[in-house]
Amino acid sequence: MKHIPAVHAEGLVKSFGDFRAVDGVDLHVDQGEIYGVLGPNGAGKTTMLKMLATLLPIDGGRAEIFGVDVRRDPHRTRQLLGVTGQYASVDENLTANENLWLFGRLQGVSSRTSRATAAQLLEQFGLQEAANKPISQFSGGMRRRLDLAASLITRPPLIFLDEPTTGLDPRTRGQMWDTIRELVAGGCTVLLTTQYLDEADQLADRIAVIDRGRKVAEGTPDELKASVGNSTLRLRLTDAADQSEAAEVVRRLLGEDPVLSPESGRMNVALDAADRAADVLISLREAGIGITSVSVDAPTLDEVFLALTGHDTGEGSDPSATADKLQLEVAR
Amino acid sequence: MTMQMTQPAPVATTPRRLTPGDVAARTTSHNSLRETLSQTMSMAWRATKKMRRNPEQFFDVTIQPLLFTAMFAYLLGGGLSGSVEAYLPLVIPGILAQTALTACMATGVQLREDMEKGVFDRFKSLPMARIAPLAGPMIADLLRYAIASTLTFVTGIAMGYRPGGGVAGVAMAIVLTMIAGWSLAWVFTWVGTLARSAQSVQGISMMIMFPLTFMSNALVPVETLPGWLAAFVKVNPVSYVVTATRDLANDGQLTGHVGWALVACAAVIAVFAPLSVRSYKRHL
Ligand SMILES: Nc1ncnc2c1ncn2[C@@H]1O[C@H](COP(=O)(O)OP(=O)(O)OP(=O)(O)O)[C@@H](O)[C@H]1O
Ligand SMILES: [Mg+2]
Repeated sequence: MKHIPAVHAEGLVKSFGDFRAVDGVDLHVDQGEIYGVLGPNGAGKTTMLKMLATLLPIDGGRAEIFGVDVRRDPHRTRQLLGVTGQYASVDENLTANENLWLFGRLQGVSSRTSRATAAQLLEQFGLQEAANKPISQFSGGMRRRLDLAASLITRPPLIFLDEPTTGLDPRTRGQMWDTIRELVAGGCTVLLTTQYLDEADQLADRIAVIDRGRKVAEGTPDELKASVGNSTLRLRLTDAADQSEAAEVVRRLLGEDPVLSPESGRMNVALDAADRAADVLISLREAGIGITSVSVDAPTLDEVFLALTGHDTGEGSDPSATADKLQLEVAR
Repeated sequence: MTMQMTQPAPVATTPRRLTPGDVAARTTSHNSLRETLSQTMSMAWRATKKMRRNPEQFFDVTIQPLLFTAMFAYLLGGGLSGSVEAYLPLVIPGILAQTALTACMATGVQLREDMEKGVFDRFKSLPMARIAPLAGPMIADLLRYAIASTLTFVTGIAMGYRPGGGVAGVAMAIVLTMIAGWSLAWVFTWVGTLARSAQSVQGISMMIMFPLTFMSNALVPVETLPGWLAAFVKVNPVSYVVTATRDLANDGQLTGHVGWALVACAAVIAVFAPLSVRSYKRHL
């Protein structure tokens, strides 16, 4: 019984009228991992999480949490989950302490244990000084932390985090990441959604990229990055007007289109191997195109994302077709 | 900002030794009755906290008894009973029911407002009984009914009302009013879970409340009414409550009317509590 997956979902569907917000997503999250669901606004991340958390009825497909059928047994499912939604779900009329105490009591924790756990969590999240302040006086970051603390009172084995760091400053964000890592070190499984590619990269063991309700790719951060090319050559042209000519040079040389950002004269080229960079630079010199800066890096998930969803290049309106073209379906 | 996360302070999760499989095996399929009651009381606690921090919630139950008692007594007393004093024993129990009903109308509006808030997402995600978020605030509202009924009696007594039932009769009348308020609040709770916005809850509740209070024997004796109206007034649960309250406050007697009033309350709960829970669940 060791290997029951934390989350196992097949063909999840949610429709709002004619619109399919989640359109046949499979998801498999193993115990003890951080699984990242990456997608732009409106991709269907929240909708998917809400279905798994019994907050929205599942229209199609099936889902199990630690082997418990979500649709058939919502009450059991809820006992296995801590949910931190995208928007703070704590009570504005209560203090931080009262909030945590109440959520403990509502889940059958005794009054004394509930008070002790509340104090412990507030300390862990650096909120003890604000423990007796009403939430209305909390900053966004404090609310977010309290919200996460509220999901941990009963120490559920699985935590859902919907965009845990959206709207946080970089330092608070780093702290949130540490907290999430500590949770996993303590034996939790975490399913999180994010729009930030570096967040998924930093935190997640595995990532699913979803767009318009579909999963367009899945894999470890490294697998996803490798699929786009092993490194990226970043160039800045002296004269932005040379861009189309430069793009033509690259296309002839490598048989692939570079990613352009017209205003700034920047150009990114995906490379199979870093030493191909020299070939590109030489060809540009021969074509008489000036360059102000050059670097060769591992690709960011940003590039993976753009390549997958195709939003910025204006092509690939059918995300699954794009994925096939890029041969990125490492999903099993 | 001075807040800081304490460094790897031994996480709250470290003491956990249960594997997820153990946790899954320990889950229960339903809340027991005891759990449900405890959750309801926790939600009631939350509602009283909220009341204390928003004291304007007590306006209706403090102003209205003073205003209505004086207004209706002086307005209708002379015409209906010959004098204000003679009218008081008739009208005070009526106003008692009326203020309780107005107070419980607010229950639906507040539930609706509450349900829009983020915290309800968390309540829904917790393994708690679906009746607790509905019944909890209603239990806290008993305090509002108690204030409203006590103030109504105080105003009446100040105006010259001498309840024949004595202290015991008045106390029982207050308790009955609280029971009735709690029962009828289920109607408005149901409306609260159905309607799309707090405003529409308010509107619909008004439409329910006015006929229920005014088309009852709260302010006038039934004998003075035309036949069709008298027929409605007689089946109106508010009339049962008013009659029973009169028996208690004026005569200090536990009459059959009191029994019927309790039956009427139970009937209202039996219909509207399940409807409310069902409609609340559908919001998920
Ligand atoms: N209750 C609803 N009724 C109708 N459409 C909805 C509803 N909830 C979500 N949608 C639509 O479903 C799509 C997916 O929404 P969802 O909130 O899941 O996106 P998301 O990936 O969480 O986006 P974000 O990053 O902005 O939070 C959106 O187009 C949204 O407009
Ligand atoms: Mg979202």
